[in-house]
Amino acid sequence: MDKILEVKDLHVDFDTYNGVVHAIRGVNFHLNAGETLAIVGESGSGKSITVRSILQLLASNATISKGEILYHGDDLLQKNAKEMDNLRGNKISMIFQDPMTSLDPTMTIGKQVAEPLLIHNNVSKKDALKRAEEVLRLVGIPNPAARMNDYPHQFSGGQRQRIVIAIAIVDYPEILIADEPTTALDVTVQAQIIDLLRELQQKIGTSIIFITHDLGVVAGIADRVAVMYAGRFVEYGSVDDIFFNPQHPYTWGLLDSMPTLDTNEDARLNSIPGTPPNLLDPPAGDAFAPRNAYAMQIDEEQQPPFFQVSKHHFAATWLLHPDAPKVTPPAGILNRYEKFKKLGGNAK
Amino acid sequence: MADDREVIVSVKNLKQYFNIGKPNEVKAVDDVSFDIYKGETFGLVGESGSGKSTTGRSIIRLYNPTDGHIFFNGQDISKIKSHGPKMKEFRREMQMIFQDPYASLNPRMKVKDIIAEGLDVHNLVKNDQERDQRVRELLDMVNLNPEHMTRYPYEFSGGQRQRIGIARALAVDPQFIIADEPISALDVSIQAQVVNLMQDIQKKQGLTYLFIAHDLSMVKYISDRIAVMYRGKIVELAESNEIYNNPLHAYTQSLLSAIPVPDPEIEKQRTRIDFDHKSPFKDDQRLQEVLPGHFLYCSNEEAAKYKK
Repeated sequence: MDKILEVKDLHVDFDTYNGVVHAIRGVNFHLNAGETLAIVGESGSGKSITVRSILQLLASNATISKGEILYHGDDLLQKNAKEMDNLRGNKISMIFQDPMTSLDPTMTIGKQVAEPLLIHNNVSKKDALKRAEEVLRLVGIPNPAARMNDYPHQFSGGQRQRIVIAIAIVDYPEILIADEPTTALDVTVQAQIIDLLRELQQKIGTSIIFITHDLGVVAGIADRVAVMYAGRFVEYGSVDDIFFNPQHPYTWGLLDSMPTLDTNEDARLNSIPGTPPNLLDPPAGDAFAPRNAYAMQIDEEQQPPFFQVSKHHFAATWLLHPDAPKVTPPAGILNRYEKFKKLGGNAK
Repeated sequence: MADDREVIVSVKNLKQYFNIGKPNEVKAVDDVSFDIYKGETFGLVGESGSGKSTTGRSIIRLYNPTDGHIFFNGQDISKIKSHGPKMKEFRREMQMIFQDPYASLNPRMKVKDIIAEGLDVHNLVKNDQERDQRVRELLDMVNLNPEHMTRYPYEFSGGQRQRIGIARALAVDPQFIIADEPISALDVSIQAQVVNLMQDIQKKQGLTYLFIAHDLSMVKYISDRIAVMYRGKIVELAESNEIYNNPLHAYTQSLLSAIPVPDPEIEKQRTRIDFDHKSPFKDDQRLQEVLPGHFLYCSNEEAAKYKK
């Protein structure tokens, strides 16, 4: 598979009144053509900042202090403002979280959807509007010809998110970045939007980076998953690797703290104690150590490197070091390992 | 089996309309009836705009109901005056936990004053010493450090703020708590902490909860019985396992089929059931018991089918 995007050793700092926040602390990943990569993590873990760095849409107090972002081998961080403008909404586009605030309330939706075409391509207004209408039909807006002249407030939340998606895909981008695109929506609408993204991916062959904190959504849409904590990736692999053979205690905690419809009501939920660390002063060792029941002495002192679990599955935990003591993961995770064996995998 | 349980809240034909008589009239809650039993957790689910929050807010009388009755411990509270002594008495028994822990705490008040506001209003403590002591107990109950009582809300994380909101609700020693989406603004790892805390406190204090949410897996976990709301009406009501194992209303089925499950194998096999939103209700339909303890919004003929 072709790597169309590669992020190498990304570091992002924020200047705040309290000092410098090291929001991203060395992130590496790549995106293959045609796949969906999901990045999961809690708020503040740095997932939005990571993808916003790709398009250089960071707040003015942020600096990318180190790293490379290679798009077809070209470093985007070396591009000037004009070159970036040419990429945004054209080759790489983004769907934002809140459909209520990401549309212009004073502009008809036809114009908003056609806008990227008018900016990037040498097309006539008439052709652009025609294309906008097609795309609105594609994302499932009923009777698009008549609704082109309506304003955002005349649409429901789910429809507005479809319009935001229409704007993002109107120019058939190579990479679509979806930052919590369904978090503000009801479950039924969320399911429709996810179906739509999957369908679009098949039709136009877009690669998707999908950010969410909802593991249920990830299981439904991702080919590969990266788990993020305190500005770093802690584990990444195929969707089956992460859900059925997770190795990092943080991934265990996340998977185990969500009740499923099978969860016994008499049992207590497994929660992760404590709160994420303050990145003004990042810990020297594993950032998850203070909340980790499996933490060892070395976790406090030294950041664990990535250990390879299988060909494409890596996890940054000292538990995978050959000298580490064997631990028994929570029961819910052991059930997942059983499933992994049934699927033909080689669980630990 | 339902008969020997004590009813704490009984809602009868509640209607809550807004902009009455105007072109933009909204029937947010449209003829809703249900009972909540003492000591149970009653889940209210539905999509945004279904009227679930409005129902909760009408019960605690943040609105004046358009029509219908709300009984609390047998007493009709739907007509009592907003600022009278009766309202004050009733509000001591019923408290609310809000969705957004950032917006529901006054940023200019110290945590101890936020928590003790109810104590002050109801004259429940004699002096400052007693007041501080009570606040300490409450912070301890929600697993927060009592030493932090002089801090301000901004010094706390989202999950900690939600604990402060819970402590505030508990301060006046209520019997009944309405929790309106209490965890949906929190991260996954924090949600479980707050839900466990709410359940521990319920066991200790014998509280009754009305738990309003749209996260169906969490609602199933926490609730004894669940009502599904759609466009201002309850379309189905049953024990939580029954709702999930034997959903009868097409809307409930559609809602359940859309819940994402953190398991890629299940997700691959998912088939979604679509619901036709065009004309969901017919005139001859009403909420009626079709199986023991299982209520469905349907016509008499439809009900007869299930009763066989």
